[in-house]
Amino acid sequence: MTKTSRRTALAGLSAGLLAMTALTGAAFAQSINLTYLIPSGADGVAVAEELVKSFEAANPDINIDIETRPGGSEGDNLVKTRLATGTMADVFRYNSGSLFQAINPQQFLVDLTNEPWQADVQASFKQVVTAPDGTVRGAPMGAAMGGGIYYNRDIYEELGLSVPTTWAEFMANNEKIKAAGKVAVIQTYGDTWTSQLFVLADYFNVSAKDPNFASRYTANEAKFATDAAALRGFEKLQESFEAGFFNEDFGAAKYDDGIRMISAGEGAHYPMLTFATTAIAATYPENIANVGFFAQPGDDAALNGLTVWMPDGLYIPQTTANMDAAKKFVAFVASVEGCDAQTRAGGASGPYLVNGCTLPADVPPAVTDMLPYFAEGGQNGPALEFLSPIKGPALEQITVEVGSGIRPAADGAALYDEDVRKQAQQLGLPGW
Amino acid sequence: MTQAGTAELATPVPTLKRRSPYPGWFFLPAAIIYGVLFLVPTVASLYFSLTRWTLFNSTFIGFDNFAQFLREPFLIKGLINTVLYAVITSSLKVILGLLLAVLLTSQVAARGYLRSVVFFPVLVSTVGVGITFTVLMHPTNGMINEGLALLGIKGPGWLTNPNLALFSVALVDVWKGVGLATVIYIAGIVAIPKDYYEAARIDGATKLQNFFYVTLPLCRPATVTVITLSFIGGLRTFDLIWAMTKGGPGFASDTVASVIYKQYQSGFYGLSTAGNVVLFVLIAVLVVPLTMLLNRKEGHQ
Repeated sequence: MTKTSRRTALAGLSAGLLAMTALTGAAFAQSINLTYLIPSGADGVAVAEELVKSFEAANPDINIDIETRPGGSEGDNLVKTRLATGTMADVFRYNSGSLFQAINPQQFLVDLTNEPWQADVQASFKQVVTAPDGTVRGAPMGAAMGGGIYYNRDIYEELGLSVPTTWAEFMANNEKIKAAGKVAVIQTYGDTWTSQLFVLADYFNVSAKDPNFASRYTANEAKFATDAAALRGFEKLQESFEAGFFNEDFGAAKYDDGIRMISAGEGAHYPMLTFATTAIAATYPENIANVGFFAQPGDDAALNGLTVWMPDGLYIPQTTANMDAAKKFVAFVASVEGCDAQTRAGGASGPYLVNGCTLPADVPPAVTDMLPYFAEGGQNGPALEFLSPIKGPALEQITVEVGSGIRPAADGAALYDEDVRKQAQQLGLPGW
Repeated sequence: MTQAGTAELATPVPTLKRRSPYPGWFFLPAAIIYGVLFLVPTVASLYFSLTRWTLFNSTFIGFDNFAQFLREPFLIKGLINTVLYAVITSSLKVILGLLLAVLLTSQVAARGYLRSVVFFPVLVSTVGVGITFTVLMHPTNGMINEGLALLGIKGPGWLTNPNLALFSVALVDVWKGVGLATVIYIAGIVAIPKDYYEAARIDGATKLQNFFYVTLPLCRPATVTVITLSFIGGLRTFDLIWAMTKGGPGFASDTVASVIYKQYQSGFYGLSTAGNVVLFVLIAVLVVPLTMLLNRKEGHQ
């Protein structure tokens, strides 16, 4: 081969490559590929798949690929890293509230304040995806959740128990369940995050006694260790452990074991967020009718109410190359059709935050039990992480310690205050 | 012949004084890779350890991170756990590795097969081993405790008992790493000249005397290698602990590396970088004297 002929061959090859890229470029223009990043977990993936399917049916020119990421703090890290390096998917699902504030929404997320669908989004949700500059940067994905206690209705019926409205009644029920030879309270420290529920779901009771706790806490004035009401959450965990109410393998069991046990009646109570209703419906549909739900009781029956978690948000990073298509998808999720698709895939787990969305008539009892707290005369309030930007990252390890009898409640609360201080300093809040 | 030999030896000397035929540019690729992947991150991490860093922006805060890191409630426990873990794993690897190597260099049946069986766990992914053993060590449904139950023994919560978790992980680490120690010892034992054993036999040494007075002293270099490797590995240990307990229950099996990782995971990037600087210093402080000590003794032999 001479030099000239080699050059010609190269030129021909590159011309061919150019032609090919031009062709594929044209093909891309006809069908847009979006990526959609969600936390892994069977129920979440099923909902995402149904949403994508319905959306693609209505928009044949847009194709969406679902990517999954780990949940928990590992997932937080991944989201932050991908945002910081400009490699975030076109649309992603992530927490609202304090974790939303920690990803620097003003710098990284597309401003969605003026999207037409925002008119139908409830103000309580908008507030938890609002950046410090007052712009709304997210759309609701999923239903409002309650943090409280699932109970097995079969066991309650068998032992003739009634739903408790005070902590003392709850403990009395537990005694009877234990006396009947059953597991009273399911704990699953194999997934450490599940250990936080007794503390986090107690926040309605804290705020019922001190409505200003959140702002004092943010301002470095109120502490878990020194505020009697706030300390109760840790104490409740300790009391339940010391009374021997937990399942034998509580240290190693995982969240998936927890939902199996509560639905199959292997345990009577499981403190959890109500998003688990979707998981129970998907994994144990034959037992979903056995699972009921109540708010974590406080010390006063008159102040019985539900601690509410706002659902995740959908966000669009500013680095997306497909802004219009991404906005179309977000608008779809935040519409009535979007709610219906979610209900089809995972069943209804609670009230949606989009006006006009309705729940089907045949919702599971765990959802029915939750609705009175939202109805007239019912009481509910947001969890602390939606009222304050500070949530200490080591809470789940501390609650595992308190719930395993390694550390007493007061010590655990003091340690958590230390952890909170570190987080507040990292956020650069005034007064720390 | 001798003349030719000296002539050949003499010729390279002047070339040393001449300029090398290879230009210095040949170092460039290696220098760039080393600089970009090692020097730049190292210097950058020294800087970021002095800042409060959110990945998005950083503020210089002096030595606050180091003060905060040294105040971490579980740092002391993590430090103790780290050293404990390194000592347990490296000493068990030395003892078991040596015994296995003696066994596998003697005339046992299926020697080749047994050697590969012992080495096999080294090849398996650490995280895979961790997850497998987490399942086996489950307090009620795990195969280990179910086996013990058949014998009428109630097995402990291997990974859920705060006093036991670290030791359970260390045992798994030994199971996984002992193969490498064995291979190093086999090489060391095979290299011992047969003459010593012959002389010992003529003197009427027993097998035990053979082991203590011939094998053990003569495979000191292997011992030094095994101790250094497994001790450093133990100090830096992270993957197995993270796969099995995530430092738990609570903080019971935290090591320095897992404390650092948790800071990183929580978004305290500056703080975790400061922790890495501390870990680097700690390893240097422990391992440099250890290596010097072991090597000096070797020199005296």
